[in-house]
Amino acid sequence: MATSKRKAKTSAESTTKKLVALGQAVVKEIQAGVDPLIEIPSRSLGNITFDEERSIIELGDQKQQRQLFNVGHARKFMQTFLIAAACKDLIAEGKTTSIRDLYYITKHTLGKTRQNTFEEQEESDPIIEDLEVTIDTLREELNLFASNRGSMVGPMTIGDTGDTIDLRHLGSGGWSVPSIVEDNVVQFGRHEAKFILLVEKDAVWRRLNEDKFWVKNRCVLLHGQGMAPRGVRRLLYRMHNELKLPIYVLVDNDPWGFYIYSVVKQGSINLAYESVRMAVPAARFIGLSSMDRDQFHLPDNVTIRLDDQDERRAKQMLEYPWFNKRTWQREIRTMLRNKVKLELEALSSRGISFISEEYLPKKLKDKQWLA
Amino acid sequence: MPTPASGQLSLLGPEAPARASKTVRTMNVRPKNTPPVAVPQPPEQPAEPVEQPRAAKTRRMSAEAMASRQREISVSEFFTKNRHLLGFDNPAKALLTTVKEAVDNSLDACEEAGILPSIQVELLEVTDDRYRVAVQDNGPGIVKQQIPKIFGKLLYGSKFHRLKQSRGQQGIGISAAGMYGQLTTGKAVVITSRTSSARPANQFEIVLNTHKNQPEVIAERQIEWQVEHGTRVEIELQGTYKAGRNSVDAYLEQVAIANPHAEVSYLPPKNKPLVHLPRATDEMPPEPGEIKPHPHGVELGMLMKLLKESKNRTLGDTLQHDFSRVTAKVADQICETANVRPKASSRTLTLAEIERLYKSIPKVKIMAPQTRCVVPIGEELIRRGLEREIKADLYVSATRPPAVYRGNPFRVEVGLAYGGELRSETEEDEDSLEVKNGDRSQGPITLIRFANRVPLQYQQSACSIFKSVTETNWKPYGLAQPRGSLPHGPMVLLVHVASVWVPFTSESKEAVAHYPEIVKEIKLGLRECGRKLSGYLRRKERALLQAKRRNIFGVYMGELITSLNKLTGADPKRLHGQLETLAGRHTGGDEALAQAGVSDEESPDGAEEVPEAEHDPESAPPRRGPKRTATKGATRGATRSPAKKSGRKKT
Repeated sequence: MATSKRKAKTSAESTTKKLVALGQAVVKEIQAGVDPLIEIPSRSLGNITFDEERSIIELGDQKQQRQLFNVGHARKFMQTFLIAAACKDLIAEGKTTSIRDLYYITKHTLGKTRQNTFEEQEESDPIIEDLEVTIDTLREELNLFASNRGSMVGPMTIGDTGDTIDLRHLGSGGWSVPSIVEDNVVQFGRHEAKFILLVEKDAVWRRLNEDKFWVKNRCVLLHGQGMAPRGVRRLLYRMHNELKLPIYVLVDNDPWGFYIYSVVKQGSINLAYESVRMAVPAARFIGLSSMDRDQFHLPDNVTIRLDDQDERRAKQMLEYPWFNKRTWQREIRTMLRNKVKLELEALSSRGISFISEEYLPKKLKDKQWLA
Repeated sequence: MPTPASGQLSLLGPEAPARASKTVRTMNVRPKNTPPVAVPQPPEQPAEPVEQPRAAKTRRMSAEAMASRQREISVSEFFTKNRHLLGFDNPAKALLTTVKEAVDNSLDACEEAGILPSIQVELLEVTDDRYRVAVQDNGPGIVKQQIPKIFGKLLYGSKFHRLKQSRGQQGIGISAAGMYGQLTTGKAVVITSRTSSARPANQFEIVLNTHKNQPEVIAERQIEWQVEHGTRVEIELQGTYKAGRNSVDAYLEQVAIANPHAEVSYLPPKNKPLVHLPRATDEMPPEPGEIKPHPHGVELGMLMKLLKESKNRTLGDTLQHDFSRVTAKVADQICETANVRPKASSRTLTLAEIERLYKSIPKVKIMAPQTRCVVPIGEELIRRGLEREIKADLYVSATRPPAVYRGNPFRVEVGLAYGGELRSETEEDEDSLEVKNGDRSQGPITLIRFANRVPLQYQQSACSIFKSVTETNWKPYGLAQPRGSLPHGPMVLLVHVASVWVPFTSESKEAVAHYPEIVKEIKLGLRECGRKLSGYLRRKERALLQAKRRNIFGVYMGELITSLNKLTGADPKRLHGQLETLAGRHTGGDEALAQAGVSDEESPDGAEEVPEAEHDPESAPPRRGPKRTATKGATRGATRSPAKKSGRKKT
């Protein structure tokens, strides 16, 4: 515990230093009579590269300039420093807060105008991400967190901000995964897990929890309520790397489900700069596969037709280098050919506990997964 | 149709049509024997239907009996019945017309005598609908014998028989006003006049005998008057006092604009405060010259009269000396073209010869009439006049070179005042940071029309000035303009037509007639001013855009400085100064703004510490009018302090 606290302290110091350096650079520019300018690594698809070797999505070298004396940039320029200053205060006071909270902290009216520094949270969130990439710091290090999302149960004991939590006895709700799961917050204790199962949906997670799937199969059971949030992804990364547990991902059979898996595996386009500390290239896709319909004799009436957007997305994904493997190409092409998608709940047509008693055990036993 | 008959009829005046229609009815009662007759037009009806044999029985009146009724109509009687022709159609207009006639006469008199005019106008409310108008000037005064005639006889004056630029033309105005007062209140006109300090002041009370068109002096006395020379006219009349565009107030204001050399004091009724409009210049306008008629402007009848009354013997001499711009050579050419001997006696020419002469005049090239006789207000003085009455941001004016219509020289002048206090309320919306087009649609502009320096307030849409303005496309000059109407914007537009003879559409002198030459000149003048306006508007828009940009930077700069100070502890004041310098580079700085007359009151300053020295009003280029500078300074101080307080509310 003591070491983690010290670590936290040094992290806070270095983050503060980075924030001050950012401000100092602009002050120097102003004093030198140069138009203030900052460079922000571009977070667009155009600046994303796929590192084949490490199998993660990385941010490229492209940078965006942001200037004060440009009518289009001025507002964002001001906002960047507003957020930076607020984060410095947060760190100095040793408090963490949600990004929504930060939005309210920094929101105020500008001078005599009817303008606010931020009009909506949608405006402040990307600025936070900009700041993260610009000074190469994580949101967590800025003492910011997103709202909690995702739950976890399993044969494992963990420490969470000084409390010891036995994930074996958490009833139906499980442990809510916090947004910040750095080792100064969450520590892993004794466990008997053999693998980790991440499911896309809360409802499916409940089914598996109720059926005590994790007891029978000795696994850690997690869900991310849709797209896995940063906390869940970081926790997956840590458990995979620190506890050496394989990760299986169970998502809907649709392009969105594939993308959730791909984010866990390679990182997201938007947060590409965090892939290094979040992506688990070894994560395995266990289902639902486009081939499951035939294999598990699912009736036609549980399928849903792909809509135009699904098709577009699926076709886009065919182009992503990280879906370039033959197996994946087959998977996506099959979906496009059948023109249908499947939700996890479709398995319930074969029986309410079909998923926990037949589907998953069979898949695991037959090693029917994609990597 | 026999011409003499119709001529006779028209001489009968207003009674004629009534009589004619009576005859028609008489004929219609005898349907069988009467051949089908188209219903005749009353004025064309022959005057002697009574002579038809069949009508003999129904004859009601003999020619002799009718002759006993036929008599001269005095002009006064005619105008008593047709007072609207002179501008006395309603009580409000009557009051204005009275003031106007008196002021016009005063100004004319002063100028002719070479005296800088000082005019005093008083309106005294007797009852709700009865006013006593007093107009006093410092003119040369009127000699005692002339006073009754000038004020008590219609169509008596010095200005009708000459071609010279003046306000009055016919010699109807002031006596008509007196007559109107007499008709509506029964009160006599009181005139006080003094020609010099060496002579006593005479006061007359005069009524007009409308039958004889002769003045009747009711009272005459010498009085003590502290005025050295000048004339005072007092008329009591039925009238109503109204504010607004057609009011006496507006009229006097416009008089002040068009007569920058005149000083006007005005005591309005209803306990309103005295208005004093001082002179904008001490220079008298040059005396307009008097000219002889130009052959191109002469009609056949006029030509006949001129030739008959000429003091010169021969036709050639008459042409040369009684007309302007006719040289011996030109006179010969006219005669040659007309096939009339130049040596012929001008008095004995036959009608056919005169007609030939008349037709040959346009065929001969004659120099345009002298134009020095037309005196414009002048570009500089128009601007000064506008500045004197209207607080605006831009004043421009254009005086066109002289031109000629129907042989009468004239000049057109255009002036405009734009922006400033004419600005509408909505434009002051300083909270909007968005860079928008500077031009916002507002109400139509105010058009003020002048003829020989006299404001024209009624019948705007009948006037060729109005027509010229609406027919000009103002959009290229940066003003919105609904189809076929006045342009919109915070603008006062002045158009002045000066001529030895301004062609009015009626005796009440309310609208200038549509002569193509005049319309063309007005349009050219409007365009000249329009070009100057559009240049200004473009500059202003650019500066406004820069100001808005600067506002954007300014607002964000304040926030940035606060944040940078928190991050690095850098001195906010120093940062502000340095950033302002940088911002100036991008937006052109204060000079650009001041140049275009854009005030920086509007800039919502997000920063808390603004070095005041930078905004020192003294260092800025001088603005128009001391008043404006003063208010600017005051408002800035007032608006800036709350900004300081609210600048940093939540951070």
